[in-house]
Amino acid sequence: MSRPTDIVERKGLSPRQRAQRSRWIQYGILVALLIVAGVSADWGQIGSVFFKPEYIKSAFEDGLLQALVKTLEYTAGAFVIGLLGGTLLALMRLSIVGPYRWIATAYIEFFRGLPAIVVFIAFSLLPLAFEGMTIPFDPYGTVWLALGIVAAAYMAEVIRAGIQAVPKGQLEAARSLGMPAGLATRKIVLPQAFRIVLPPLTNDLILLVKDSSLVFIIGTTASAYELTGFGRDLANTYANLTPLVTAGFCYLIITLPLGILVRRLEAKAARAR
Amino acid sequence: MALVEIKNLHKSFGSNHVLRGIDFTVEQGEVVCVIGPSGSGKSTLLRCVNLLEIPQEGQVIVRGEDICDRDCHLDAARSQIGMVFQQFNLFPHLSVLANCTVAQTTVLKRGSAEAEKIARANLDRVGLNDKVKAFPMQLSGGQQQRVAIARALSMDPALMLFDEPTSALDPELVGDVLTVMRKLALDGMTMLVVTHEMAFAREVADRVVFMDGGVIVEQGPPAEVIGNPQQERTQNFLRRVLNPTHVEPT
Repeated sequence: MSRPTDIVERKGLSPRQRAQRSRWIQYGILVALLIVAGVSADWGQIGSVFFKPEYIKSAFEDGLLQALVKTLEYTAGAFVIGLLGGTLLALMRLSIVGPYRWIATAYIEFFRGLPAIVVFIAFSLLPLAFEGMTIPFDPYGTVWLALGIVAAAYMAEVIRAGIQAVPKGQLEAARSLGMPAGLATRKIVLPQAFRIVLPPLTNDLILLVKDSSLVFIIGTTASAYELTGFGRDLANTYANLTPLVTAGFCYLIITLPLGILVRRLEAKAARAR
Repeated sequence: MALVEIKNLHKSFGSNHVLRGIDFTVEQGEVVCVIGPSGSGKSTLLRCVNLLEIPQEGQVIVRGEDICDRDCHLDAARSQIGMVFQQFNLFPHLSVLANCTVAQTTVLKRGSAEAEKIARANLDRVGLNDKVKAFPMQLSGGQQQRVAIARALSMDPALMLFDEPTSALDPELVGDVLTVMRKLALDGMTMLVVTHEMAFAREVADRVVFMDGGVIVEQGPPAEVIGNPQQERTQNFLRRVLNPTHVEPT
C-alpha cells in the first residue's frame, strides 16, 4: 500500500514547492521582458512623438475641451434616441401583434449585423443622394440620428431581456388591481426592467462614447469636431501623435469612471438578489 | 343573487385538463375555503375568477355580469376583485404607501390625498401603519403579505381572493396574516380562500369546498366537510393533511 507521502518523495518536490517554482519562473519572464524593452526602446523618441509637452499645451489652446464637450453632446443625444428607440423596439418585440414583432426583429438584426461605420458613410452620402435634403439641428441632428439608430438596436435587446426578467407575478398583481396592460407596463414593469438593465445600459453608454468617434466620417466642419476628429486633425498638422494621445486620454477620463460605475451597479444588483 | 356564480368551468393547459366542469357560487358576505391536494386545480379555479387564466368553456358571473364575455369591461371587473398571491407580488420599486395608492389613482382616478387616506386606513387595518414609508424588501414575509392585503382592500373590492396566502411564510409569521384575514371575515368581507390551513378553514369558513382532479368532490359547512367527510377522496386527503407524519399501512 502506498501512502500519499510516498508519491511526493519519489518526485522530489511537493505540490506546493512546484507551484512556488512556477510562480518564480513567471516573475522571471516578466522582469526579463521589461529589461529588454527598457534597454532596446528609444525613450527620448517615444516621449517626443507621443507625449510632447508643448503639443499637449497647444491641444488645450486649440480647443481640446470644446471637442470633449462635443463628444459628450453627441453621446448624450444619441443615448436618448437609443433609449427611446430601444424601449419602443423592445416593446414591439414582445408585442402580441405579429407584424410589430417582425419589424422590430428585422430592424434589430439589420443594425446589429451592420458595421456602424457603414451607417455613418450612408449618412454622409444622404445629402448627395437626396438633393436639398437636410436633417434639422445640423450637425447634431445627423450625428444623433446616425449614432442613435444603431444604439437603439443594441439597447432594444438589453431592454427586452430586462422586461422579461421582471417576475410574471408583477404583471399579474398589476392586472388584478384592474390596471390595463399599457398602464401596468408603464407603472410596474418598465421601472423594474430599467433597474435590472442599468449595468448593461451603462455598458452601452461606454460603447456610444467610443462610437461617437465615427462622427468624423460624416465630414463635419472644424467647429463641430469631437475628440477623435480634433486629435487627428491636430496630429496631421504637427506630424506628431501627441494630440491624438491627448484626445485618447480624454476618452479614458469618461469611460473609466463609467466602467467603475458599472461594476458598482453589478455588485449592488448581486447583493440585492 | 349570488356575488359570484361559476357555471361548467373548463380549463386546460395543453393536454392537461385542469378544471373539468366546476359549478359553484359564492354569496355576498360568505367566506369559502377551497381545499384539496396540490394539482387539484384549486389555484387555477381562483385565477379564473379574475381571469388571470382564461377558461376554455363555461361562465364566471360576478354581480350578474359574465366576465368571460367579450363585451365585458375586464379591467373594471378586476378592479372590484382583490387578489392576494402566495408570493405577495408587492411592487418592489414602490413604497408601502405607493403600493396601496398606485392603482387607486390610475384605475379609480382618485385624487392622491384621498387615495393616501384610504391606503393609510387599510394599512392601519392590517396593523402596519408604522411601515408606510418602508419598501417591500425591508419587510418580513408576513408584513409583506399584510401590505398585499391592504393594497387589495384599498380598491374597495366586492370580493377578495386569497391564493394560498400563508404557504410561502415562515411558520411563526402565519398567525399574523391569518389574524388579519379572520378580522376581514368578521367585518363581512366576501372571501374565496385557497388554503392548506385546516384550522383556519374550520374556524372561519362558512363553507368548505374540497377539490380533487379538477372537480368539486364535496362541499358544505366545515363541520361536515372537515369534521365528517362523506367521500373517500376527502377522507384520504384529510387523513394525510391532519396527520402528516402518519404512515399508511401497506
